[in-house]
Amino acid sequence: MRSQAWKNYNVRVIWLTALYGVFLIAAVYGFKHHLLSGFVAWIAAVLPALPIIGIFAAMGRYLVEESDEYVRSLIVRQSLWASGFALSVATIWGFLESFELVGHVDSYMIAVVWFFGQGVGSVVNKLTGREAAHCA
Amino acid sequence: MNNRLKVLRAERNWSQNDLAEKLDVSRQSVNAIETGKYDPSLPLAFRIAELFGLAIEEVFESPSRRSSAAI
Repeated sequence: MRSQAWKNYNVRVIWLTALYGVFLIAAVYGFKHHLLSGFVAWIAAVLPALPIIGIFAAMGRYLVEESDEYVRSLIVRQSLWASGFALSVATIWGFLESFELVGHVDSYMIAVVWFFGQGVGSVVNKLTGREAAHCA
Repeated sequence: MNNRLKVLRAERNWSQNDLAEKLDVSRQSVNAIETGKYDPSLPLAFRIAELFGLAIEEVFESPSRRSSAAI
């Protein structure tokens, strides 16, 4: 059973992902061709981050809208795993980078690690026999 | 938390899907509650009990009573 809340979440994520693509391509084009400077450059640089933040908000909105409390508990659990995973990776990487054992990674990559962590959380849910109706 | 959900459901010839639809939850939720993997909130426990026309304690076994009985 796919809940209406889950469908709403997917629609929001699709739109935000499309928006991210547009903002990112525009920003990369603008900076590559030296079309941006000053305040406009700041705006253009921040714009691709906004849809990503929107996806975090969409996740929060989904948790509010999801009426199935069991599924909601699984998504919360999955997100806690994702957060713990992302924070751990960031902390470890930070120390490795400080001691010059690894190269620099842009901090926005932590969002990618968090999304990957959602997958980790989903696997943990499955391994512990707590599979969500539609969070995989 | 132990409960009589499976028995009560079987007495009425309801599948997990049937019960899930009546409670407006997913089948996985019904399965998780039945197998004791998930303890429902008080509002959901009331909805379940009311659906069967029973009191909550007639559907769910009190964990504290269970532990005191074991003593």
